[in-house]
Amino acid sequence: MSRLSRDEVAHVAHLARLRLSDEELTTFTEQLGQVLEHAADLQSLDLTGVPPTAHPFELRNVVRPDVVGESLDPAEVLDAAPDAEDGRFAVPRILGEDL
Amino acid sequence: MSAIDLAASVRRGEVTATDALATALRAIDARNDELNVFLHVDRDGAEARARAVDDAVASGRDPGPLAGVPVALKDNLCTRGVPTTASSRILEGWRPPYTATVVERLVAAGAVPVGKTNLDEFAMGSSTETSAFGPTRNPLDPERVPGGSSGGSAAAVAAGMAPLALGSDTGGSIRQPAALCGIVGVKPTYGLVSRYGLIAFASSLDQIGPFATSVADAALCLEVIAGHDPRDTTSLPEPAPALVDHLDDGVAGRRVGLVSELVEGADADVVAQVERAAAALEAAGAQVVRLSIPELRLGLSAYYLIAPAEASSNLARYDGVRYGRRVAADELGAMNEATRTLGFGDEVKRRIMLGTYALSAGYYDAYYGQALKVRTRMIEAFRRAYEQVDVLLGATAPSVAFRFGEKTANPLAMYLSDVFTIPTNLAGEAAVSVPFGTGEAGLPIGVQLLGPGRSEARLLAAARVLEVAS
Amino acid sequence: MKSGWEMVVGLEVHTELRTATKLFCSCANEFGAAPNTHVCPVCLGLPGSLPVLNERAVEMAMSIGFALRCTIAPSTFHRKNYFYPDMPKNFQISQYDLPINSSGYLDLPDGSHVGIERAHMEEDTGKSTHLGASGRLHGAERSLVDYNRAGVPLVEIVSAPDIRSAAQARLYVAELRRVLIATGASDGRMEEGSLRVDANVSVRRPGAPFGTRCEIKNLNSLRSLQRAIDYEADRQIELIEDGGTVRQETRHWDESTGVTSTMRVKEEAEDYRYFREPDLVDLAPDAAWRDRVAAALPPMPGVRRTALLQHLVDPTDAQREAVEVVLDLDLDRYVHGAAEAGLDAATALARTANEVAGAEDGADRLSVEAFIGTLRLEASGQLSATQAKTVLADLLAEGGAPEEVVARRGFTQLASDALDGIVDEVIAANADEWSRYRDGDDKLAQFFIGQVMARTRGQANGKAVVEILRSRRG
Repeated sequence: MSRLSRDEVAHVAHLARLRLSDEELTTFTEQLGQVLEHAADLQSLDLTGVPPTAHPFELRNVVRPDVVGESLDPAEVLDAAPDAEDGRFAVPRILGEDL
Repeated sequence: MSAIDLAASVRRGEVTATDALATALRAIDARNDELNVFLHVDRDGAEARARAVDDAVASGRDPGPLAGVPVALKDNLCTRGVPTTASSRILEGWRPPYTATVVERLVAAGAVPVGKTNLDEFAMGSSTETSAFGPTRNPLDPERVPGGSSGGSAAAVAAGMAPLALGSDTGGSIRQPAALCGIVGVKPTYGLVSRYGLIAFASSLDQIGPFATSVADAALCLEVIAGHDPRDTTSLPEPAPALVDHLDDGVAGRRVGLVSELVEGADADVVAQVERAAAALEAAGAQVVRLSIPELRLGLSAYYLIAPAEASSNLARYDGVRYGRRVAADELGAMNEATRTLGFGDEVKRRIMLGTYALSAGYYDAYYGQALKVRTRMIEAFRRAYEQVDVLLGATAPSVAFRFGEKTANPLAMYLSDVFTIPTNLAGEAAVSVPFGTGEAGLPIGVQLLGPGRSEARLLAAARVLEVAS
Repeated sequence: MKSGWEMVVGLEVHTELRTATKLFCSCANEFGAAPNTHVCPVCLGLPGSLPVLNERAVEMAMSIGFALRCTIAPSTFHRKNYFYPDMPKNFQISQYDLPINSSGYLDLPDGSHVGIERAHMEEDTGKSTHLGASGRLHGAERSLVDYNRAGVPLVEIVSAPDIRSAAQARLYVAELRRVLIATGASDGRMEEGSLRVDANVSVRRPGAPFGTRCEIKNLNSLRSLQRAIDYEADRQIELIEDGGTVRQETRHWDESTGVTSTMRVKEEAEDYRYFREPDLVDLAPDAAWRDRVAAALPPMPGVRRTALLQHLVDPTDAQREAVEVVLDLDLDRYVHGAAEAGLDAATALARTANEVAGAEDGADRLSVEAFIGTLRLEASGQLSATQAKTVLADLLAEGGAPEEVVARRGFTQLASDALDGIVDEVIAANADEWSRYRDGDDKLAQFFIGQVMARTRGQANGKAVVEILRSRRG
């Protein structure tokens, strides 16, 4: 893998909704690059045919019955919200994206 | 007084839970300003719980196996109506509307939660220095870190502020601070303890476990919190295992493997204590062999891709919309970004970006995908090792407690302090850190006992042997 | 559609499942409740909460799989990561490379066949209300979010790009909707948003490779689906013929102006960073579970349609439409009952699709026996068609047996005694017509029937009238 670039870090920061100053961008690019370089030992391994493990133990088919339980008190829920109006969570205007 | 002795006294009516709580609160008041162990002390809640235990005792009802035992909770465990921050600005002021399963189980067993302890922000760190609310100091040497990420919980027990504490261990966050603070810490098998109500860092690695001053106390606490929980899909189906009953099983006839990769690069004083522990186990009747598991060397790299990847997704919910802090802006995207930029510290940002990168189009296979395969390799390597031996032995941390700032400038150096503990998390298996001897500056050293999934009884019995020999 | 061009359409249909609770928590799955009253730590994505899969939702997803002849295979859940305030965790739990259902098909009433690529499970989002001038997103100053819908179980059904016209797309959605309702998994309500359709449209010269496609959103009815696809195909053809190229993008259908417009360009699309949901385990229903679900499924509309049409010789378009009405209202039993009793299936179909279908909840009161009995009285001439319809109307309103209604209405008397006299009166009053009829002008029978009907307010049996006329002619 080639070395991590500033542009890549800036892109990743955008995907993660983080804003970085120029100085932070330099520092993070350097630090993340070091960690990824350390991870280069994985890239050199031939793991063809090795299945990935996403879960340490393979449980299956864990389900719950379709029975209605308690919901939270809306007053308590909305009280925790930074902004609420008319029983709903309020957010500032949304630019672009979905309609 | 140990948790077991205290609970016995409370159950017999010799000590009231209220008095036991007062003792704990005095210890907290004496040193919390200096050590920054508790972020929040829930005096009213704890007093009410203690009174309820005393009422039960007075009226002849069973107050539970942990009757009146004050417990410290890592502040990434949700407690209804009690501030829960994960040591992050982004959750400052949040009071969850629900309680974690483990806390419910502790309370049902008569324990008295006294408050919420400091941690590395979202459990990301190995020194408790990344907390947004200042570092916790090691009670044994306030110039040094208590380890992390559960540094506050470890320090609470080490400082006598509570006989028991809960922490969470994603890559060593219980065992490493237990080692650095000279107490016992258990990382249970993945799924043994419900994660419901544990603020997620890396879901496939996180496990809640106990801190205690003795192996027996840790065993009792683990018995109380373990067992299937229908609210956690990944919870193992069986009830809690019997642990206390097996504490004196010893190690006679057990095969113990001293793993070279689990001492490699550790300070000489640490290596010396691991060797001494091997000798102690041998003296108690175990057969000690030396073995190498080269795959363990890959653990750190795999972990620092898998854990950040999961974290990047787990922490996406902190966006200023539903709870916690919001930094205002006139447009949603800008609000999300400002909230997260000011709400998260640098270590959390680093891991979110690392994880986002590892999962992103074009890099997934090379990083995250490859790490998952390494995880398979790791599990297979452990399985082969456990065909030869019953328990693995190694160091918990490469050194005794280090000084503040020693590793903060270089994230990779900090990550390396988890090198011996990470493989257990990747494999979803069990491990215990037990204090064994001292090293530099008379500071405690922890040795680590590792076993396959569901081997807690075996590991605690071995730990008990070392505790006695220590 | 301009000649020399072919459109290629694939549809993505999302249906909410009619479970009692949400996909991953026990909050009620209920439309129309007061905002944020069906929320809990799990569906609000509170820190520390964990999803637990709803068993019934899995069974409904499997039912859909069976109904669409899919392969039902071991599956996993993934996280689809992107920021949006409707989504409490800023990721959606969905199925990715291993969906529960794959590789099925749906046969349409016109005989065409549409492949189903997959039908996977996922969670729904909350709902935003945009405050400001238009009530739409653009120009809104502020948005308010209700999470009652967040976590409601969805199945997304992705068709193969097998559809070649807007009319066929409409037919596909209509038939899929019937199938979904038949499985009991969906209420099929497009207007409430419990059934939502996105269309992928491209155009090409016949035989050429697929063109660049655009995804159209906001198709809230079958009508808008058909109009939007036609509009979009025409737009793309015009663009290409003018020397332009189609850009891959998501477009918004505006029902009032009848045009699609750019919502977002695909190059700007998010990188969703799919990865396995670590809080859930594999879903691998065993044969016993699958069989139990399959056994509980009622016959699907396609099978029922074939069975109904089988009673008819060379069915007309009107009869085919009547069959669809019978299917939609689940009234097959009347048609089958009458046909099996040896009665005329065409009449049974007509009576079912008109009289029975027209009475709200009437089928609850009209037994199949009573229906057959009524038709039998009509066939034997004891009731006129109009009388038979009246009897059915009474039965649909009040229940009971046809004989009771016939007696109460006095239809028996009229049929047997009074008719001769009335026919004779009509003959006497229309001597001219009568002599022409007697001379062999059979068409005049209709005239006499009309006269008799007028005098009996439609309660005479036309066939009986003709018989009396014939007997009088000698």
